[in-house]
Amino acid sequence: MIDRIPIDAVGIQERVARICTRSIKKESKLQALDLALRMMDLTTLEGSDSEGKVRQLCNKALHPYTELPNIPSVAAVCVYPNRVALAKSILKNSSISIASVATAFPSGMSSLQIKLDDVKFAVSEGADEIDMVISRGAFLSGEYAKVYDEIALIKEVCGTAHLKVILETGELGSLENVRMASDLAMKAGADFIKTSTGKISPSATMPVVLVMLQAIRDFHETTGRKIGMKPAGGIRSSKQAIQYLVMVKETLGNDWLDPSLFRFGASSLANDVLMQWVKEKTGRYQSLNYFSND
Amino acid sequence: MAKKQTNDDTSQINTMNSIPKTYKNYINGEFPRTESGRYYSVEALDGKHIANVGLSTRKDIRNAVQAARKAQASWANKTAYNRGQIIYRIAEILSGRREQFTNEMVLLGYTKEAAELELNACIELIVYFAGWTDKIGQVFGSVNPVASDHFNFSRQEPVGVVGILSPETPSLLGMLGLLLPNMVAGNSQVIIASKQFPLPSCTFAEVLATSDVPAGTVNIITGLKSELIPPISQHMDVDVLVGDHSLDIELRVMCELESASNMKKVYFWESFISLEELNSSPNETISTCVHSLKDPYHILHLQEVKTTWHPISE
Amino acid sequence: MSEKNLSDQSTRSNQASISIDWSYADAPESTSHVTFSKHYGLFIDGSFTEYNENQSFESINPTNGESLYRCTEANKSDVDAAVTAARKAFKGTWGTTSGTQRSHYLYRIARMLQERAREFAVLESMDGGKPIRESRDIDIPLAAAYFFYYAGWADKLAYAFPGKSPKPLGVCAQIIPWNFPLLMLAWKIAPALACGNTVVLKPAETTSLTALKFCELLHDVGLPDGVVNIVTGAAKTGEYLVQHPDIDKIAFTGSTGVGKVIQQSIAERQLPATFELGGKGAFILFDDAALNEAVEGIVNAIFFNQGHVCCAGSRLLVQEGVAEKVIDLLKKRMQHLIVGDPLDKNTDIGAVNSKEQLETIQRYVKTGIQEGATCFECSGSLPTSGYYFPPTILTGVSQSSTVVQEEIFGPVLTIQTFRTTDEAIEKANNTPYGLANGIWTDKGSKIFYVGSKLKSGVVWSNTYNKFDPTSPFGGFKESGKGREGGISGLHAYVKLDHNGGMY
Repeated sequence: MIDRIPIDAVGIQERVARICTRSIKKESKLQALDLALRMMDLTTLEGSDSEGKVRQLCNKALHPYTELPNIPSVAAVCVYPNRVALAKSILKNSSISIASVATAFPSGMSSLQIKLDDVKFAVSEGADEIDMVISRGAFLSGEYAKVYDEIALIKEVCGTAHLKVILETGELGSLENVRMASDLAMKAGADFIKTSTGKISPSATMPVVLVMLQAIRDFHETTGRKIGMKPAGGIRSSKQAIQYLVMVKETLGNDWLDPSLFRFGASSLANDVLMQWVKEKTGRYQSLNYFSND
Repeated sequence: MAKKQTNDDTSQINTMNSIPKTYKNYINGEFPRTESGRYYSVEALDGKHIANVGLSTRKDIRNAVQAARKAQASWANKTAYNRGQIIYRIAEILSGRREQFTNEMVLLGYTKEAAELELNACIELIVYFAGWTDKIGQVFGSVNPVASDHFNFSRQEPVGVVGILSPETPSLLGMLGLLLPNMVAGNSQVIIASKQFPLPSCTFAEVLATSDVPAGTVNIITGLKSELIPPISQHMDVDVLVGDHSLDIELRVMCELESASNMKKVYFWESFISLEELNSSPNETISTCVHSLKDPYHILHLQEVKTTWHPISE
Repeated sequence: MSEKNLSDQSTRSNQASISIDWSYADAPESTSHVTFSKHYGLFIDGSFTEYNENQSFESINPTNGESLYRCTEANKSDVDAAVTAARKAFKGTWGTTSGTQRSHYLYRIARMLQERAREFAVLESMDGGKPIRESRDIDIPLAAAYFFYYAGWADKLAYAFPGKSPKPLGVCAQIIPWNFPLLMLAWKIAPALACGNTVVLKPAETTSLTALKFCELLHDVGLPDGVVNIVTGAAKTGEYLVQHPDIDKIAFTGSTGVGKVIQQSIAERQLPATFELGGKGAFILFDDAALNEAVEGIVNAIFFNQGHVCCAGSRLLVQEGVAEKVIDLLKKRMQHLIVGDPLDKNTDIGAVNSKEQLETIQRYVKTGIQEGATCFECSGSLPTSGYYFPPTILTGVSQSSTVVQEEIFGPVLTIQTFRTTDEAIEKANNTPYGLANGIWTDKGSKIFYVGSKLKSGVVWSNTYNKFDPTSPFGGFKESGKGREGGISGLHAYVKLDHNGGMY
């Protein structure tokens, strides 16, 4: 059902290294920082997420930094299903989407029925976006049809919510597997493909993201459909975020430089972007003391 | 009144103008004391006390082997060029600390001349071995012309963790002679320093700590060989033991016997030289010593040969 | 399975898409810390001779066509002085220096080059036109690595020549090209000195700067006078050097044409000589290759360094089944190549080295089109001053086309298809050159099979234009004789017994 595409890991590393030599300065840096903020899915996915914690996150999403005017909004907040309603109530009048993880996140080790009910619950609570996990065990043992069918069924119960499919690339073992899982997910109906749950290491890495962007490019070539990309986990600095934007531009072009097609799954990245922004405007290196710590 | 105070001040400053060092073990890039808290006194030839040095135990060996094992893979995975540069930097740092070493050696009974010659020889030996990292494979590896449609090549790989039983003398050159081929080979090391002349080895740890040698790659501990050889020779996670013929025969036999536990490789090289020989004709003994140490075959001993086959076809 | 489209997304998702045209602002490398002279003499016997305006020539900065500095055109007596100094050093100080001491000098050169790396990188880009990113990340670090590698051989030569007692040849005359100036200098000087020789080296006339700056390094390192001598100049100076009666060896890197002239001119002298000449490398792309990485490999093979690479993969031979896809991917990739000011950190393709070379490239592409080729250029804008040529591909060519037969030495790729493995091998070998080829396939056994049949000194598999001091480099057939790098690189600089050396 899915062709195996040969991938040379050394070659991928070299392309990544060259992308990282791009020097993004001045107005192009400010544009990139602006984009990065608008593409952010502010995330909290802890067992210890109380209502207060989620409230804090939503407030941060609404007011990232009051000192400067014209700071754009983030794209979404990402929470567990039982916090969706609360987030919705706080953010309902803003342009910020509510993304919910579902399908027995992060492991996905439950029955299909439970996973479908998990999605239905999140959608009924008001989630605009669903971030599901694939069954990695099934994938690694070659049960591709099973993985495909699961995604397709989950897509159906999403209704109008868009579906991000988390591949958990850190468990897939090889770049060729990452490519295959990407192709599988897109064929099965994903609106976005996403690298990681953020719960294991490694999470998003540049070689993995490059392979996934290539898959998106080829899928667009054959079907005309534009699928989105979300690297998640491990992206803490603006420098890394900007390198990813270079990668997107040089692999997919300017069309994908938009929150409808690219998101960063991150939490501490926001403050670093804000600090870099202020540094570009004022010329001074910043301290975390001046940025809210939610 | 004021004048007297000043005199007192200056005389106090004069007596405390040197702060003697506490010599410690070097494990995993840090300087811990021996777990046992025991020490022995290192004395000059005239009996004067120079320093207290740790009498390490099996627990220190255990910790050192653990550190060496953890560090070995990343040392081996560095490019040969990188390892060569790191080893060269050791020479740069040692060169800058020349006096510290020669002073210690003189305290231990070397003549000044012998101390300086030995230190120069050490620096030369380090630079010599730095240049082997990216060449040893070219000289001793091979592509083998097998009688079938296969590409067949042999490469040398590191063995793993090596226990180094330093000779008594020369205190630093002898230890380096066993250490350097090991580093080139891609192994990590646990070194038991010379019992009689431990100070240069301990201070050498400081050179390692301030060069770019990753923590845990080289570990140096002090103590009695009779107490430390049993645990290290029995250790199931040590792959090689190297030492020299000046080691007591019973201890050498023990190494061979205990190596059967996990099929360690055991190598004892020709004896190094005594302090008397060194002091009486330093030029000759040092240059003979260096000449026999500048030997890439020492590196070979510390590596495994891996041979790989691959078909040649359309 | 419901179809999801973009308009559905925006109803419940975030703000409407604002597609932006994000381009990179300029990112110039700072040059304020870099110093060089406007006038240079020759470096002979440990010091610079006095500059004489009447005996000078200018070196042009290819980014703006303006004069950057002037240096001396060495005449016959200058060359004679240099060779004499080299001979004196060989017989005297250098000849008695042990291998250990030679290694210590070479290590110091390597370390100082690392310390001053950024300065050398900037000068290399200003003088020759290559992007700062290339000189910073490849040329200079690799030059230091060659010195570091050969430093380690100086006291170990017996192991490189089992059964023999290698001795130096004496005074080596070395002539280097303009495409990797400092790197080519390192490739020549490092092994020569390691083996105990002394050197008179002539840099290319358009790129003398880093060689002259290098002499400062030699002074700081304390290398004895006369061990290395640099004589700047053009073809005439090269001739004086090659014809000098008191040299013991010639090493030449440059065009096959000039190589042949040199070979003829030394015929009566039985002089050991090594040559690194031109090439017309084939980039063989099988249908089972990792295509994305292969396309990046093509970019590395022919577009970087503006195609001024003797071993460039300038002929793409792509298996017919994937030809269309590869060409499409390549065109897309080319759109992201930035041609621009060499000192901008984002520049991928810098300036062509000289006006003459630019005209040569333009002539070839014109000929190609006249012979029926279709031309596709990358669409980015070119700077308005200086010598620039966009990355270009030519399709609709055949084995007999001029552009497929002759070395263009620019960022121009010809594209042909093949059907079977043996056809690819035949086409790749069908050239008087034999420097390098590339094989791209996912199948290991095919790599070894094709590799064993290709007639070139270098075979790159699933990679291209990779260099390392441990890896021998050189050509078959008209691409030259001799190898540089590795143990083979030592062969050219020693005498093994009364029969001489290897060449």
